[in-house]
Amino acid sequence: MLDVKGLRVSVAGTEILRGVDLTVKAGEVHAIMGPNGSGKSTLTQALAGHPAYAVTAGTATYDGKDLLALKPEERAREGVFLAFQYPVEIRGITNSYFLRSAVNAVRKPRGQEELDPLDFLQVLEDKLKEIGWDDTLMNRPVNEGFSGGEKKRNEILQLAVLEPRLALLDETDSGLDIDALKTVANAVNKLRAPDRSFVIVTHYQRLLNFITPDVVHVLADGRIVKSGGPELAHELEAKGYDWLRTGALVS
Amino acid sequence: MVAVERLVQAYQAFAANGASGAPAWLKELRAGGIARFGALGFPTTKQEAWRFTSVAALTETEFELAHPASRIPHLDAIKPFLLGDGPRLVFVNGFLARSLSTPLSDGVRLDGLAQALVDTPDLVRQHLGKYAAFADRPFAALNTAFAHDGAFVHVPARTVFEQPIQLLFLAVPSGTAPLVSHPRNLIVVEREARVSVVETYVALDGGTYWTNAVTEVVAGDGARVDCYRIQRESDRAYHVAVTDVHQGRDSIANVHAVSFGGALARHDLRGTLAGPGGYLILNGLYALTGDQHADHHTAIDHAAPHCESHEYFNGVLDDRSRGVFNGRIIVRPGAQKTDSKQTNNNLLLSRDAHADSQPQLEIYADDVKCTHGSTVGPLDPKALFYLESRGIGEDEARRLMTYGFAAEILNRMDIAPLREQLDRIVRARLAE
Repeated sequence: MLDVKGLRVSVAGTEILRGVDLTVKAGEVHAIMGPNGSGKSTLTQALAGHPAYAVTAGTATYDGKDLLALKPEERAREGVFLAFQYPVEIRGITNSYFLRSAVNAVRKPRGQEELDPLDFLQVLEDKLKEIGWDDTLMNRPVNEGFSGGEKKRNEILQLAVLEPRLALLDETDSGLDIDALKTVANAVNKLRAPDRSFVIVTHYQRLLNFITPDVVHVLADGRIVKSGGPELAHELEAKGYDWLRTGALVS
Repeated sequence: MVAVERLVQAYQAFAANGASGAPAWLKELRAGGIARFGALGFPTTKQEAWRFTSVAALTETEFELAHPASRIPHLDAIKPFLLGDGPRLVFVNGFLARSLSTPLSDGVRLDGLAQALVDTPDLVRQHLGKYAAFADRPFAALNTAFAHDGAFVHVPARTVFEQPIQLLFLAVPSGTAPLVSHPRNLIVVEREARVSVVETYVALDGGTYWTNAVTEVVAGDGARVDCYRIQRESDRAYHVAVTDVHQGRDSIANVHAVSFGGALARHDLRGTLAGPGGYLILNGLYALTGDQHADHHTAIDHAAPHCESHEYFNGVLDDRSRGVFNGRIIVRPGAQKTDSKQTNNNLLLSRDAHADSQPQLEIYADDVKCTHGSTVGPLDPKALFYLESRGIGEDEARRLMTYGFAAEILNRMDIAPLREQLDRIVRARLAE
């Protein structure tokens, strides 16, 4: 599904990722953990195509295609989705209008018919039912005046409606209280599928109490310094990150 | 001062001929207007209130005072501007076109001001010129000097009038000289009454002309008035306007102002919360292209305690256009528990577009909440990327965000056909 090799990324001239290797198979859930400033968010932003994140070396192959050669909207249409750490407000545009525009933007290049407002409403209702939420956020302008939890829920709702095959979750758990965290985690679990992969970036282990990953990676100083099974997350919770950073420097 | 003298002479001719049959009080009011205009003259950019807006073009053009038009447009020509079958007054170059209008005289009165001066002179006298002060406003003074026709709306106490009333002002250039018209509107909503009025200025033919309008609105105690003002003049027109809304105790006024047209547009919009418990919304949009210049000077006068006001003005500026916003909030001594919020956001779609945004808070009471915020800038690149990351292409993302900027204002409007009409205009512009 996704094969990243030797990825180096700079932001405003400063190198943040210094050679990341990551292979994600279809249906797998990978967690990327690491201390603040290690480059976790940079990895997801670069994979989604943010223009401020300059790829200076390495490759990212998605579904056999050169992901890095695609524009952000083309990546989305190919099935890549980024749940933002800080979702952005779009003034004057209701959530439902925005979602329908996004769904149709993704459907059109696939040769699928565009959904009219009524068709879309049906799709939306089904998705909301699937993840067990109501439609209270739908008629408000995108993310405007949303609480932190509402913004994160809105990201997951977009994920559900856009049905990506590669979902990148950038600190979706940060700023959430335990109830909101459970709500979001449950929805993600319901969206797990054999043909859908997740890369979940998190600073804390607690999200992984509710979403069991297949692989856990530790990103430190711009490189993946350790990978393991779900038990690695518990080890990190107990020991912190410093032992790995030292190890990284020694090696 | 040539231009001023020309207007004074035009006034003398007007006072001697068409206006000579007016009641003494009105003659006096007009004489006061022209005297004040003569003393003030045209404003210059040296004056603070006109710092960003030059009216030199008005002084350099020889305008001819508009007369009742001999050619009245066909109903079909105005249909695109109508909002359904509600009552309406249609004006051609500032004069009522009765054949296109549907006046009301039972309960709610809706007629031309000239006719109202004949039918209900006492009612007009009680209010005309009482709210649009002109001591420091030359164009209001000039309009007062020529006050003759325009819209008169009177809603008696405790009358709820559901259908929106439409006032349609058509510019129909005729002859060779550019015309100037001075529409004068008076909307009186008595205590606990309710009405919505849509005032639209539109050009049937392009061309150069000057509209100098004044609208006075008075909302009695417990009344609710929704005013919509849509300016769609020709792109070579000059539009200068004053709106004064005067509110009694516990009244509600929702005032919407949209500016799409004109080479030069200036709107002075003032709301006065004269009684406790009043609630005022000023909701405005200016969307400009080419070399258009639009200046909105707004003032909210909290003259009584326990009033609330919200002001939202968005500007969408393309090409070489310029938007000016000045938002003054005055909290008078004793106007405690005032709650006032103001925002002005300007979207610059081109490097050559320009916005000036000036909040101006004058607070003379200590127990109040007043906030203001203003922004000027291009589309937010973070938001653009957010949309792109959802599969929306860059051009479409820009259109969507620009539309949202305008829609934010239009969405506060309660009249669906009007909202849809304006929505279509915004979308058509984005498709260009």
